[in-house]
Amino acid sequence: MQHSPALETNTGVDNRKLLMWLFLASECLFFGSLIGAYLLYRDKNVTGPYPKDLFDIPFTSVSAFILLMSSVTMVLALAAVQRGDQRGLRIWLLTTAFMGILFVSGQAFEFTEFHRQGLSLSTNMFGTTFFVLTGFHGAHVTVGILILLSLFVMAWRGRLTQAESLHVELAGLYWHFVDIVWIVIFTLVYLIQP
Amino acid sequence: MARAAEQKPSPILDAMRQIREDAASYRGIWSWITTVDHKRIGIMYGVTALGFFLLGGIEALLIRLQLSTPNARVLDPDQYNRIFTMHGTTMIFLVVMPLSAAFFNLITPLMIGARDVAFPRLNAFSYWVFLAGGIFMNASFFTGGNILHGELGAPDAGWFGYAPLTLNRFSPGEGVDFWALGLQILGIASMASGFNFIVTILNMRAPGMTLFRMPLFVWMTLVTSFLIVFAMPVITVALFELLFDRLFDANFFNVAKGGTPLLWQHMFWLFGHPEVYILILPAMGIVSEVLPTFARKPLFGYPFVVFSGIAIAFMSWGVWAHHMFTTGLGAIANSAFGVSTILIAIPTGVKIFNWLATLWGGSISLKTPLYFAIGFIAMFTIGGLTGVTHSIVPSDYQQQDTYYVVAHFHQVLFGGAIFGLFAGIYYWYPKFTGRMLYEGLGQVQFWLMFIGFNLTFQPMMILGLLGMPRRIYSYPQGQGWDAWNLVATVGAFLIATSVLIFIINVIATARRKERAEADPWDGRTLEWSLPSPVPAYNFAKIPTVHALDDFWHQKYAEDESGRPVPVAAGGSGEEEPEVDVHGIHMPSPSFFPLITALGLPIIATGLIYDPAIVAVGAAVLVVGIYGWALEPASE
Repeated sequence: MQHSPALETNTGVDNRKLLMWLFLASECLFFGSLIGAYLLYRDKNVTGPYPKDLFDIPFTSVSAFILLMSSVTMVLALAAVQRGDQRGLRIWLLTTAFMGILFVSGQAFEFTEFHRQGLSLSTNMFGTTFFVLTGFHGAHVTVGILILLSLFVMAWRGRLTQAESLHVELAGLYWHFVDIVWIVIFTLVYLIQP
Repeated sequence: MARAAEQKPSPILDAMRQIREDAASYRGIWSWITTVDHKRIGIMYGVTALGFFLLGGIEALLIRLQLSTPNARVLDPDQYNRIFTMHGTTMIFLVVMPLSAAFFNLITPLMIGARDVAFPRLNAFSYWVFLAGGIFMNASFFTGGNILHGELGAPDAGWFGYAPLTLNRFSPGEGVDFWALGLQILGIASMASGFNFIVTILNMRAPGMTLFRMPLFVWMTLVTSFLIVFAMPVITVALFELLFDRLFDANFFNVAKGGTPLLWQHMFWLFGHPEVYILILPAMGIVSEVLPTFARKPLFGYPFVVFSGIAIAFMSWGVWAHHMFTTGLGAIANSAFGVSTILIAIPTGVKIFNWLATLWGGSISLKTPLYFAIGFIAMFTIGGLTGVTHSIVPSDYQQQDTYYVVAHFHQVLFGGAIFGLFAGIYYWYPKFTGRMLYEGLGQVQFWLMFIGFNLTFQPMMILGLLGMPRRIYSYPQGQGWDAWNLVATVGAFLIATSVLIFIINVIATARRKERAEADPWDGRTLEWSLPSPVPAYNFAKIPTVHALDDFWHQKYAEDESGRPVPVAAGGSGEEEPEVDVHGIHMPSPSFFPLITALGLPIIATGLIYDPAIVAVGAAVLVVGIYGWALEPASE
């Protein structure tokens, strides 16, 4: 691996990477608070519709699987840039972004479907906590997609060389984190219902 | 065509060229707007925070005027609610936190021997976001109608914003929206600077500057930054929940649909209690620097003070419910949080004894910074002890929502944080301005502030024990509260006078002819090895550190009895470095932190008034971020 750290750091970890790790650590508290609110209110609904009326587990499992697999393609993108394979980098970045878009589209479909069946932010506690929690996760995925597409454009213009693989690595850290958060949300919200 | 265009003089291009030259040469207003220099950002933080300090102070005086006599008519109840809410919010988020951030910026890179922070542009971004958030928050005053007729629009639910008081039903109008969105913006500023300083301290230390050779202030910056990056997300989520309830009819705090307002209290104080230490730990760090310098002795029990600071930070996560004893959490929860609150007093007490032991036997040089530092210890001790009385649950039942609580937290936040911060201002002022504040005026300010402070807040302790509730706009005669309230108001005006004297001191100092030396206090830490004011690149040659208080050891050796003896040719900070300072690469100035920061209040305004404005703000934000990402960090 070829790295060109601009400055030597005391910890040996690049400043930007340390920043990303700290950011993700604080994001744990962010999603932790949202998930906490969901769990607190999960059996406090005064009226329906309830989760069991709306959830389509097979459908969401597929979109969760797509998001999980996008972590694999993300790793492949990083491996490609680190060995100087520009074509591989471009392909895997675009694939990852595409899978992210599929996931977010699935979520958009799910939201409209739930809304059609009478669930809104103000219907009950489920509507409130579900839309806010998964909405914030979806927003995170969307930001990730924008980062990946920006990296793709950089790679396309030849501005993302082996020496700058750190950019891909940072995007990867973020992407994997968002992925892990979804595993937690999917388990706690969809799979383990009261 | 192309040639014609080239020859045509373009005033815009000329202006831009001029701006770039100014910025590069450190002159003119544009060099401040585009600066990424941690010292200039620190100065901007400090000046802005002191500006808000005056604003919050005027709000405090209005409150005290209204309460000076029974049935006073200075403010009506509605105005009173808005003014006390803005007073608390301003003092915490727009004064103490940014004033601490000013010191992080000014001092931390110098103390660890770095040329700047890890992310200079992110640092500028923090400042601009803070400024934007502060202006946005205060803009709420103008949303209530005609402000000249006393129709204020500011938030009116207290700085803790308890639900359901903050919901549309009880707080109609835009005040609480401005409050919640303003705090979100300010939170972004704090988070960005928290990340920045953790990375700076962990990664950018000079050779030999191991963690346990770091000055105490750097330690406290590190600990505070960790608290910030972990506590802020919790309040961010709580504020989002509140905003969803207010703007989009969600049910987080809506009892009719199964929500519970208590969730707000838990989340607010889960953030709020670490926040208390975010406010006080930097001041503790400052005091831990001032005391050794003016006692001419090393800090007593350095590792104990460091570990106490860390212990306080950890324990601050386990005491939040002592704000909620009367909400009916049950005996077990109340006891547990009562005990944890007693325990957190231990590391705090350790620090106080270490500070006293630092002074003990020192050759004390009694200057203004030391006055404020000793004032800090005395007042903070009273504040800490009254805090312990809150941990006794039955006693807290009586104190809840009385002036006793008001007295307690002013005792720690004013008697503690503000006194500590003033110690820092007097101590480091010469380092960044090149001039010493007048010593005589400084001591006058201290005594006025000290006496005024005690006159204001000790009567509140008594008022609280006499049963006077907080957050009431007036009270009837004959409760036995009249005299103490009048004394408190007189005290508040004494404090105002002391602040006026500080301003006079700053103005008088600006006209002072004689320049400060590099090391006017005979300091111990690296910043005193640099000329005053510090050059843009800080260290011409990055120092190598051999010990705690390295600069002191360059100046002094110890004789057999352990007394300091000057070393011949010790570092005076005035020798010419043998380095070509023009060869030092510094980060380039940038507009993008400001542009990116500007997007945030625009988005926030749009969320309240019109989605189209959100789009505009988002566009500004995107332009800022991409411009930032694509511009080279240094030329």
